[in-house]
Amino acid sequence: MYKAGDYVLMQGDKACALGAIAAGCRFFGGYPITPATEIAETMAEELPKVGGKFIQMEDEIASACSIIGASLSGAKSMTATSGPGFSLMQEAIGYASMTETPCVFVNVMRGGPSTGMPTRISQGDIMQAKWGTHGDHPIIALYPSTVKETYTLIIKAFFLAEHFRTPVIFLMDETLGHMRESFEIPEIDSKFILPRLSGEDLEDEEIYHPFESFNDTTTPLMSMGKSKFHVSGLVHDETGFPMGSSSMAEKLLRQLDKKIRMHRDEITTYEEYMTEDAEILIVAYGTAARAAKRAVKLARVDGMKIGLFRPITIWPFPNARLVKLLQQVDAVLVAELNLGQIFQEVSRLNKQKKLLRLLSRVDGSLIPPEQMLEAITEMRIELDEY
Amino acid sequence: MSVEKYLKHMRIDRLPHVWCPGCGNGTILKATVGAIDELELDPSKIAVVSGIGCSSRATGYLNYNTMHTLHGRAIAFATGIKLSRPDMTVIVMTGDGDAGAIGGNHFIHAARRNMDISVICFNNNIYGMTGGQYSPTTPEHSYATTSPYGNIEEPFDLSRLAITSGATYVARTTTYHFVALQNYIKKAITNKGFSLVETITQCPTYYGRYNKIGTAPEMINYFKDNGMTLAKALSTMKEMDPDVNYDGFNVNALLEKAVEKLPEKLIIGEFVNKSKRGYVEKYEEILDKAKEKLASSKA
Ligand SMILES: Cc1ncc(C[n+]2csc(CCOP(=O)(O)OP(=O)(O)O)c2C)c(N)n1
Repeated sequence: MYKAGDYVLMQGDKACALGAIAAGCRFFGGYPITPATEIAETMAEELPKVGGKFIQMEDEIASACSIIGASLSGAKSMTATSGPGFSLMQEAIGYASMTETPCVFVNVMRGGPSTGMPTRISQGDIMQAKWGTHGDHPIIALYPSTVKETYTLIIKAFFLAEHFRTPVIFLMDETLGHMRESFEIPEIDSKFILPRLSGEDLEDEEIYHPFESFNDTTTPLMSMGKSKFHVSGLVHDETGFPMGSSSMAEKLLRQLDKKIRMHRDEITTYEEYMTEDAEILIVAYGTAARAAKRAVKLARVDGMKIGLFRPITIWPFPNARLVKLLQQVDAVLVAELNLGQIFQEVSRLNKQKKLLRLLSRVDGSLIPPEQMLEAITEMRIELDEY
Repeated sequence: MSVEKYLKHMRIDRLPHVWCPGCGNGTILKATVGAIDELELDPSKIAVVSGIGCSSRATGYLNYNTMHTLHGRAIAFATGIKLSRPDMTVIVMTGDGDAGAIGGNHFIHAARRNMDISVICFNNNIYGMTGGQYSPTTPEHSYATTSPYGNIEEPFDLSRLAITSGATYVARTTTYHFVALQNYIKKAITNKGFSLVETITQCPTYYGRYNKIGTAPEMINYFKDNGMTLAKALSTMKEMDPDVNYDGFNVNALLEKAVEKLPEKLIIGEFVNKSKRGYVEKYEEILDKAKEKLASSKA
């Protein structure tokens, strides 16, 4: 256990686990899988020290269900996995969304589909994070790019999960999970640690309606055992009971969507690097953004006006800021470790038809800064003729 | 017995229930609340978790903390609740398909961990909710919408599955044997470990109809006429085979033998009732060890 101010050399996976504990996570159910196993191992070691509970479940389906059960009973909870396990968790993620149960699902991405490349980096699950479970539903997904940011961002993930009563997908990648970096353990802002409602918050005879909504937010969750209530994955009303009426379905689905959509600006975060005067913008995220930052530095030495836009909140996508940047720049390069999942998202926003190129790699390697510079050089030639 | 005894455990405003006329699910629901009433448990400290199926709709009528979850996964959700909140009584209500097919893995592993949850399985030998397909407990040669030529699969004996996986309380009965049922549920809840009460129940709408067993009363009469306790089965088998040393058989072997020797019988009774520490109790020691380790690293 570390305290604020300690200077540490730490692996990304471990930072994820320790940041979660600092955020108040007290239940972890998981199943080993490369490259996320170290998160489970750290939880097994550290959670009992703070009175938290760890269990290695029989598979990822069970892991996902166990954390939802634990969360409803009062514990902030998390699981961690990689591609194959993330696929298995999808039905339960939908249940967490429908029952508005706060919990955090970490996916340390590796090469897919299927068993793919277990020990190599990928960013192939960006769209799965959004649409993996069936049915329309909102989702929040965050993705850090350094070990230190992993520690601080997972705390935010728990805050968002509690505040919006929603599952939060915490994306990482193999390189970030296994990389070691040094950083100072930060002081945690207590406003990010949200307590659960307790039974004492209820007036006498007052009945707790777990799904009552007020101005686009759902009532805070009260721990099971303090008040009796029903949850179901069926379409339900504010009491939690299935109603089977089509107007209720309409109301519920729109409400679920609205509670994230209306708070998009509060949720979305991003990093900008040298964008003020940028003519060409690189859009990159996670570990891939580290090489992009280096590429920007190298390009600036050569006098090229390049900037970096790094979404930290992947879903909802930081549209508003990117639309502004698209107005400013002449061209955009999306550099990602998949076949163009965020590229599609940027394309949708590119109303002015700025030159837009995709630089993608799916061979389990990072894109080196030099390869990004080559792509930018080609784009500058293209721009001349554009 | 006064009806209030039962009604105070129910969410009356959620009635009428969704079950067909003659369905046995209500009987099991009644036995469950009867058992809880006699144990005088604090309703706010009870969590009842179900999967998906006709039987799993039971949670909606109970006035406790209730969770209607995903098909097959009730035990996994319940594991999270029990481990995070050992002070709560955690009960799972599940169907034979829910517990034995899609949820089979969670079932055996929770038994292996001796996780302190009480599983009440509504075994109607068929998938009721989806309209009568065969389940992992449908007997061979039986008819279902997906076994129109007769079932060619061998069924699971869910009680034996629980016994051999490590459950510390296992009993089986039928909806005819209501008093025993309520008593078994009481004992299951009291057991500090993984408990199964497998209840054979009638589905006149699908199983009874497709297999020409008849209406609900006829099915219940069938349970009455063919239900045989394991003790009775043992003495019968001893008479049949005086040369076999049945006293040397463990309960699992006896149940297996009974199916072979008395194929027309439904073997019921209390099969396992033993005391053994489970995951939740053992984890308390982990908490102590971890705190010691933390203290010594600080010293
Ligand atoms: C993942 C998934 N697969 C399939 C279904 C469809 N389904 C709903 S209930 C059910 C079977 C229920 O049978 P059983 O568990 O025996 O309960 P019963 O309805 O007989 O009480 C199935 C297959 C589902 N809801 N979810």
